[in-house]
Amino acid sequence: MAIEKFQKLVSSVVPLPIENVDTDQIIPARFLKAVERKGFGDNLFRDWRYKKDGSPNPDFVMNNARFSGKILVAGKNFGSGSSREHAAWAVYDAGFRVVVSSFFADIFKSNVLNNGLLPVQVSDQFLAEIFATVEADPKAQFEVDLIGQTIVNLKTNSTENFEINAYKKECLLNGYDDIDYLISLKAEIAAFEKA
Amino acid sequence: MEPKTLFDKIWDAHIVKQVKDGPDVLYIDRHFIHEVTSPVAFLGLKNRGMKVYSPKNTIATPDHNVPTINQHLPIKEELSRVQVDALKANCAANGIELYGLDHKYHGIVHIIGPELGITQPGMTIVCGDSHTSTHGAFGSIAFGIGTSEVEMVFASQCILQPKPKKMRINVEGVLQKDVTAKDIALYFISQISTSGGTGHFIEFAGSAIRSLSMEGRMTLCNMSIECGARGGMIAPDETTFEYIHGREFAPKGADWDQKLATWKQLKSDDNAVFDAEYNFKASDIEPMITYGTNPGMGIGVNGTIPTGQGLTGSDLITFTKSLEYMGLNPGDKIKGKKIDYVFIGSCTNGRIEDFRLFANFVKGKQKAESVTAWIVPGSKKVEQQIREEGIVEILEAAGFALRQPGCSACLAMNDDKVPEGKYAVSTSNRNFEGRQGPGARTMLASPLMVAAAAITGVVSDPRDI
Repeated sequence: MAIEKFQKLVSSVVPLPIENVDTDQIIPARFLKAVERKGFGDNLFRDWRYKKDGSPNPDFVMNNARFSGKILVAGKNFGSGSSREHAAWAVYDAGFRVVVSSFFADIFKSNVLNNGLLPVQVSDQFLAEIFATVEADPKAQFEVDLIGQTIVNLKTNSTENFEINAYKKECLLNGYDDIDYLISLKAEIAAFEKA
Repeated sequence: MEPKTLFDKIWDAHIVKQVKDGPDVLYIDRHFIHEVTSPVAFLGLKNRGMKVYSPKNTIATPDHNVPTINQHLPIKEELSRVQVDALKANCAANGIELYGLDHKYHGIVHIIGPELGITQPGMTIVCGDSHTSTHGAFGSIAFGIGTSEVEMVFASQCILQPKPKKMRINVEGVLQKDVTAKDIALYFISQISTSGGTGHFIEFAGSAIRSLSMEGRMTLCNMSIECGARGGMIAPDETTFEYIHGREFAPKGADWDQKLATWKQLKSDDNAVFDAEYNFKASDIEPMITYGTNPGMGIGVNGTIPTGQGLTGSDLITFTKSLEYMGLNPGDKIKGKKIDYVFIGSCTNGRIEDFRLFANFVKGKQKAESVTAWIVPGSKKVEQQIREEGIVEILEAAGFALRQPGCSACLAMNDDKVPEGKYAVSTSNRNFEGRQGPGARTMLASPLMVAAAAITGVVSDPRDI
């Protein structure tokens, strides 16, 4: 079961300059009732994105036609709280392939990586610059290169490197799946159990 | 030999293989599952033409979605019913024992593991639920995982996991009267923030921690995830062994003696090095309550809501948004704030000791008429104890009704939802926007603080009453 490969992406961004965005905001618990992995994108940021009557909230960035793109940029400590992978599915299903923040919660970070979505952790300064760039020019382009582990603000040409575990990088570049790998270790697991 | 932390000792003993430049392949001793985060993993497994590798080490119970009244009737809400039924069918197809709604062991997954003696020192334990950290109270490595990782464990009883850093939090001294484990949790998170523990696994130590009961230790380890940590743990001691002894799935006879000897070795070496360490004084901790929309936004009950002075940029946007959502003013006192709902329960504070504390406080008093109360035991066994100990009569005399076990208003996936704009003082673990229902305003606190608010109808210091 391969995940989607990721190598390089150039895109405008959707800015969300709010900190500590928890997974209950990314997808509220009442939308976790599916038994299949589909349709979560519609409920991404549900209670911020839609009004109580179900109509789009014009104040929310995803409903603002000026902003679009495959890169979501959020304030620090994105994805805190619940371990629900539905949060990663919702971000992915809504069309994003990269999430940028100056800090990610641990479980969310491993969940996105397991779904072919790249978390890019940048400095607070670089993050603030992205928000400023996009505010001035919503169509500003950014390049995310997984091979070189760089993110470039193509408007200002400032560049930053980002960290990724070498194993996870390999998985993402090639679309490898952790579970296939674990299944291949059957003999070693059985030996561990006997020891 | 290089000194090791308790965490290192358990982790290292469970490594099947180390991936070069990558995560460890970690063997998992116990895998708890529930209805919300397992169905997609079961589906993935089925699509691979596989069955669960080690069903005997997999324990299942439906908890997140279940109603807390009339559990003998079919679940009314279709989507919830479908998920609960899917768990039943998936468990049957894979030979996993299910503690369903009609089973005497049914309850919240993090309540039943410990109370049945399934959770034991030295184990690795995972569940598709962040509050799996609860089980760390027994000196085990227990952490929450995503659904892809649930599928990994289904397929191989292993998980690929980078080893986290280690943090120790020491709390020394004697706790003030009416200060509980929940207050320690809300206090330390308010000090280190909701991201202060990210990348780390915490060991709690110090005399104030040693003095806690197992219930208290579970509350504290449960909340460790709320500072961003992967989990929390406490070295096992006589309190731990006494709690486990004699429980349904605890080791018996010679097996017990052997296990006990091993468990007694489980502690951090004297010179073990932690990547981060914090020291707190027990006497500094007041009964705590949160005023904002993350668990780090907590203050002592006699404190004032911060003004946000000095905050700039996204910090200020976040702080302002949070207080606006809560309908609270910077600089105001929190005590005396009118509240509408109280909730006692959840994997944080749904154990027998929590109901004893609550009942002891409300005994001979009356619930404020303006307050709606949800009293939800963490499991069937807790419910049974509440009945056997005469607590239910105390509750009823004070105007409270006991409900049936489940996660309930902690995350409001069932019908127990706090209405928009209403204030709830809650023993649960998260005060995020909409956590207890769309627009609900949550204030996290201990069972005693909840009891005091239930009686007075306002945020109150239990020591004043």
